[in-house]
Amino acid sequence: MSTAPRTHRLMAPVTALARFNDRLSPRGSFAIRRTGRLVASLLIVVLASFFVVHLVPGDAVRAALGPTAPVGLVENTRADLGLDKPLTRQFTDYVAGLFQGDLGTSIQSRQDVADVITSRFPTTITLATLGFAVAIVGALPLGMAAALIARSTKGRSANSVISGGLGVLIAIPDFLLSALLIAVFSVWLGVLSPAGWGDLRSLVLPVLGLSLGPMAYLARIVQVEMIKVLDSTYMTTARAKRLPQRIVLFRHALPNIVTATLTVGGLLLSGLTAGTVIIETVFAIPGMGTTLISAVQTKDYPMIQGVVLVFALMVLGVNLLVDLILITVDPRTSISEG
Amino acid sequence: MKRLVGPAGLAALLGAAVLLLITYAGPGIWGEAATTRSVSDRWTPAGAEYLFGTDDLGRDIFARVMVATRLSLLLTLGATAIGVSGGVVVGLTASILPKYPRRLLIWLMDMLLAFPWLLLVLFFTVIWGATATGAMFAIGLAGIPNLTRLVYNLASSVSGQDYVRAARVVGVGPFGILFRHILPNIANPLLVQVSASASVTLLSFAGLSFLGLGVQAPAYDWGRLINEGIGHIYTNPMAAIGPGVAIVFAGLVFTMIAEALADHPGQGLRSVAAAGRASLFPRGTARRVRTDAAAPSGAGADPGDDGAALAEVTDLSVSFPDGEGGLVERVRGVNLSVRPGEIVGIVGESGSGKSLTAMALAGLSDSTAIVRARSRRFDDIDLSTPLSRKEGKRLGTELGIVFQDPLTSLNPALTIGRQLTEVSRTHLGMSREEARQRAESGLDAVGIAEPRRRLKDYPHQFSGGMRQRAMIGMALTAGPRLIIADEPTTALDVTVQKQVLDVLHRAQRATDTAIVLISHDVALVSGFCDRVVVMKDGEVVENLDARRIREEARHPYTKGLIACLPDMRSDRTRPLPVIDDRPGTGEQDGGTPKVGAVFGAARAREESPL
Repeated sequence: MSTAPRTHRLMAPVTALARFNDRLSPRGSFAIRRTGRLVASLLIVVLASFFVVHLVPGDAVRAALGPTAPVGLVENTRADLGLDKPLTRQFTDYVAGLFQGDLGTSIQSRQDVADVITSRFPTTITLATLGFAVAIVGALPLGMAAALIARSTKGRSANSVISGGLGVLIAIPDFLLSALLIAVFSVWLGVLSPAGWGDLRSLVLPVLGLSLGPMAYLARIVQVEMIKVLDSTYMTTARAKRLPQRIVLFRHALPNIVTATLTVGGLLLSGLTAGTVIIETVFAIPGMGTTLISAVQTKDYPMIQGVVLVFALMVLGVNLLVDLILITVDPRTSISEG
Repeated sequence: MKRLVGPAGLAALLGAAVLLLITYAGPGIWGEAATTRSVSDRWTPAGAEYLFGTDDLGRDIFARVMVATRLSLLLTLGATAIGVSGGVVVGLTASILPKYPRRLLIWLMDMLLAFPWLLLVLFFTVIWGATATGAMFAIGLAGIPNLTRLVYNLASSVSGQDYVRAARVVGVGPFGILFRHILPNIANPLLVQVSASASVTLLSFAGLSFLGLGVQAPAYDWGRLINEGIGHIYTNPMAAIGPGVAIVFAGLVFTMIAEALADHPGQGLRSVAAAGRASLFPRGTARRVRTDAAAPSGAGADPGDDGAALAEVTDLSVSFPDGEGGLVERVRGVNLSVRPGEIVGIVGESGSGKSLTAMALAGLSDSTAIVRARSRRFDDIDLSTPLSRKEGKRLGTELGIVFQDPLTSLNPALTIGRQLTEVSRTHLGMSREEARQRAESGLDAVGIAEPRRRLKDYPHQFSGGMRQRAMIGMALTAGPRLIIADEPTTALDVTVQKQVLDVLHRAQRATDTAIVLISHDVALVSGFCDRVVVMKDGEVVENLDARRIREEARHPYTKGLIACLPDMRSDRTRPLPVIDDRPGTGEQDGGTPKVGAVFGAARAREESPL
């Protein structure tokens, strides 16, 4: 340790870890760093969902039950939630409950929080997955085509039309876009249903409302990346070989835009999970998002804790998945990532 | 800042003025209409009397949208202020912290950034409750991680600069560095970020109010109005769309302000591409095309033109759009021909048009380039017309290219093997195994050990010199009749340069391939080539036998180039000739210092014709 005497002793474990990290292969060190981040994120998520009740100014239970609730009921509810115990005990109880899948009981409806979430989860995850699939499937060809148009000799005006269209789609917030979609497809054309969840007719608009914005954003990223690739020397090398256009595009260009697309796509996907909150509200879909909003409005803290926790876990899961895919698809990720 | 006068700046100013006016005068003008209830007018659809219709109490929605401008913008500005000041404080603090605390802080912020912004907002909303001020704090705080990252990135890009390091060396403290060096240099990009994040904040505030978690009745902002309107979208769509239009307009104004403040406009794509081109062709060498088109240069007359040329261009001109509707001509009146087996060198400084000429000869000009020539052919293939399939096949095999920077000229996503076999597979119809053997012998010919194993590697597993040799191997695999090598050694180490040239030379002698070698290095070219073409400002100024270059050079520019080559007779007590007329054209496209300075003095005498 004599080599680094100047760092504080509390930093010793960090320094040791950093040294250990330096000795590993780039890929191993990448895996370690990402796992470390995941564990720390989990800890923060659990702490945040636990403390949300304690951070509310004043008495959370009184706030939840309203000023007219009798004192006895408030006391009883507090005891039910275990809020009369010491803080450390509350936390250990909370974590122990998590491991048993026990997320507590709703203050308002007295339902088991885990049960409510289990019944709402499939709807939300279906919506998010469909939205993501549509965004990715739409963005790749759109972005590539936009790049080719932008790089063609006479494409300047077509390019500005496309950029403008994508820009508008990016700029319109999803709740507004959904309102527009309803106005056009349900009110004027009357072909798709404006609310509910279940059959195909009711599925289309929520998925579009959720995915069009991210799709436009992703298409923009694909376009920028694709233009970079098209302008690169190795594409001139490929053109010099006079290969058929489809080989030049799909073999030489496509693999080089996948990494950037996936990285941004991953961020979008975790954003989409939260975007479902708004979309579910607009289209009155009984998912986790609508549950969360009504819980926030009625100050149903156990419900809020549970739903926020599940949303956060979904986000972490998506991020982990993207990292894993990136390592397999592009071995250079582990090296270039600082 | 300079763009405030442009059309984007004007639009931004105009939009901001409209918003400010409505914010200031709105409640006074429309306040009464916004609150007057009229039971008989409930849910009137949009029309001439009520632009956006009326709500459930018969109040004019258009008036309400106008009045809501003030609250919507104030809350937006409040949340933006919280987010920006938080981000600036944390980000700047992080930038002057010691290593480990700094990493910890940034790590924490990155972790928060991994969570969708809406989730953070909802979390904070839970704590402060669903009120307007609660939402303002929630949105402001949730914006801090992102802004922190931006500020930190901006600050660290500046603090790595030499002038900041120099200030640190002379003993300026961390706060001195911060306020005197970092802050002033990131102020403008920061301002751009602030207006961009104001636009985002506006939309998110509307979203939160729309969810019923922001502004509560009887107060109303745009989001709240949409919330109230969307339930009646069947009877009056404008009740929801009207306030939506206001939100999009305000968001657009903030974005335009950001755009107007930015030094680099949003057409980043074009400016990036332009920047890339500018580095190849420095501004000083570009010339506007004059209406009296420059006469073809007499010096371009080609002594090698005896009818048996393998590749040939006559009266070539290459121009680019200058972005303002005009054209910039970078190459004009150039004649160039290459006979079978001949090695032709093209020399000239950066921007003299040598690469453009070679690419035009190869039929690989940039898609934005406008190429004109009296004739442009390779063997019997006319390059000025679209190629047939058969012609494409022949060009793909008979014409090989080697670029300057081997780090960028091989595709990073494909194995070396894939890149070396595809021409044989596609054009020569070889089987996988045949093509692989051909590639293997290609790598072997350029001196790469264990070629079979190396074919499975990706370019990033090769060193720079190896990549350039692989590139030459690739050009050789299909048995080319002409190789165009565009500064093939400039990006390489001096010791590797020789290896690469040897490889090229050996290949040329073995197969009698013609080579066009582009370089700025007169010594290299005259040693390697049969014939040297000297280019300057897009024209051929001289065409010489390489062995007699010192004796025959007539043009002052060529003489200047040669004068800079020290030889055994050079007086080492005197400085090398320096030509001072061309500041800044020095090192643009290569690694080694050039004789760029020579050109000025030569130019002084240039007026006298040959």
